Amino acid sequence: MASIGTTALVIEATDGSLEVDNRRPRRKKFRTWRLIVMVLAAAYFLAPLYAGLKFALQNDSGHFSFWAFQTLPSSQGFSAAFFLSMRLAIFTAVVELLLMVPTAIFVHLRLPKLRPMMDFVTILPIVVPPIVLIVGVLGSAPLWLKSSPYLLSVFYVVLAMPFVYRSLDAGLTAIDLRTLVEASRSLGGSWIRTLVSVIMPNLRAALLSATALTLALVFGEYTMANLDGWTTMPVWIAQFQQSDAHVTLAAAMALLIGTWLLLSLIVAADRSQSRRRRRRAGTP
Amino acid sequence: MAPFCIYTGVGLGVPIVYIIRNAFLTFQGKFTFSNMSLLVHGTYLKGFENSLLLSLLTSVVPGILGVFLAYSIVTSNSAVLKRMVATASAVLANFGGINLTFIFIAAFGTTGIITGWLNFVHIDPWNHGFDLYDFYGVAFVYLYFQLPLMVLVITPALGGLRQSWREAAQNMGASNWRYWRHVGIPVLMPSILGGMLLLFGSSFAAYATAETLTLGTVTLAPIQIGDTLAGNAIAGEANIGFAIALGMLVVLSITMIFYGLARRRASKWLR
Repeated sequence: MASIGTTALVIEATDGSLEVDNRRPRRKKFRTWRLIVMVLAAAYFLAPLYAGLKFALQNDSGHFSFWAFQTLPSSQGFSAAFFLSMRLAIFTAVVELLLMVPTAIFVHLRLPKLRPMMDFVTILPIVVPPIVLIVGVLGSAPLWLKSSPYLLSVFYVVLAMPFVYRSLDAGLTAIDLRTLVEASRSLGGSWIRTLVSVIMPNLRAALLSATALTLALVFGEYTMANLDGWTTMPVWIAQFQQSDAHVTLAAAMALLIGTWLLLSLIVAADRSQSRRRRRRAGTP
Repeated sequence: MAPFCIYTGVGLGVPIVYIIRNAFLTFQGKFTFSNMSLLVHGTYLKGFENSLLLSLLTSVVPGILGVFLAYSIVTSNSAVLKRMVATASAVLANFGGINLTFIFIAAFGTTGIITGWLNFVHIDPWNHGFDLYDFYGVAFVYLYFQLPLMVLVITPALGGLRQSWREAAQNMGASNWRYWRHVGIPVLMPSILGGMLLLFGSSFAAYATAETLTLGTVTLAPIQIGDTLAGNAIAGEANIGFAIALGMLVVLSITMIFYGLARRRASKWLR
């Protein structure tokens, strides 16, 4: 902004008053335009949230009450759905990290040439959305796996891969992995020890955001769970709508707020990571 | 590395191969083109057309609005606002699905709270062609996660517009309009198109929001896949689901290839 001002000053001094007259009103108009855009956007994004919250905080006669939130935990089927989602989320996150952490470290350490290819492979799940994936899965999965809800987890791992790899990749780029590993190895640390006590603590932020993303994904995934016939949290919300709209809204809002917190955590973690990267770049 | 390759191969490869194979098989397992021919005729073609139209609408409109929104934020002086919008965009871009459906019904449904406010000032949107549960209703709801996605994608590009370019243009006597016409927009174009392609893909692949909002009354390709999986396919068309899935794979692959090209072109200017 400062440099625009300087340029304007230069023009004013050389070209005379005409430029000045043109300049002032245009900048003012620009500010109004910006205000309008922001107010409209804020209205569009806040209105449904406000309505959802207001509706969730009403009882059946339309008065303000925490009734829906209080009824929610004891609602028919809620706890079963919640714990199913929880189990799937934990299982997915564990498998995801066991699979992706060693892979990402290995690629960074030994096969940096493979990084562009990894970028490509990990973007593939975006091309194969849940609705397409489930068609192939339900057709091709063996029966013993199809009868278990963990079938979903197996493929949630695939769906979460792009996000998890991205965040691990960013985390690994931010640290001097090679030096850390060489130092640990030459001091006699085993590979496991290097991984657990040297690399992992340095990847805290990346691991945190990878886990949070996985949890958010599992708790929000409706398509595959519904078509596979398992009542996870989102599926329960859709089904319970026929019973009580206020309780449904309370569940939806709770899920939204939970996701919001998880994802804000990620953004915060990313920020601390990039601060760190800057610090590293700054020191010789 | 090996566990990763095996997992990806099995988790992604097997379902895809199975889809491609079964798209060309009858339910009894004989080779046929009839699934693919169903796909390009009648109701399934309609579903595909609707999906493409919806994706086009919900990529171009939020794409353009997103640029303006992102620009108004990038050029603001408030660091707090910038950080808030960055967080909000990252969160809202992932908001699709069932929760979104319900908060929109609570706000804009026939008895919704915003509808109530509008009724209070004697405007009934539902009497003026607004319907939350039709094609445009779905588009209206998609805007909620598409717009933040565009803001996320385009913000780095807007940040890459160098102040010196504008100063150079101004020093040579260019007006604001001419600066945008000859410098700003051409430089941003690959990023804008790339963002729109990403939005197109995201909208084309979406199922949960449209399904729960319209309860399947809007004919879209993903909803038709869901119907066949729920056992609602007509006899003799049992494998049509695989054909639709294959069609979607093809569309999404093409979209992502162009997205990749646009990204590469964009990085030329905006380093």
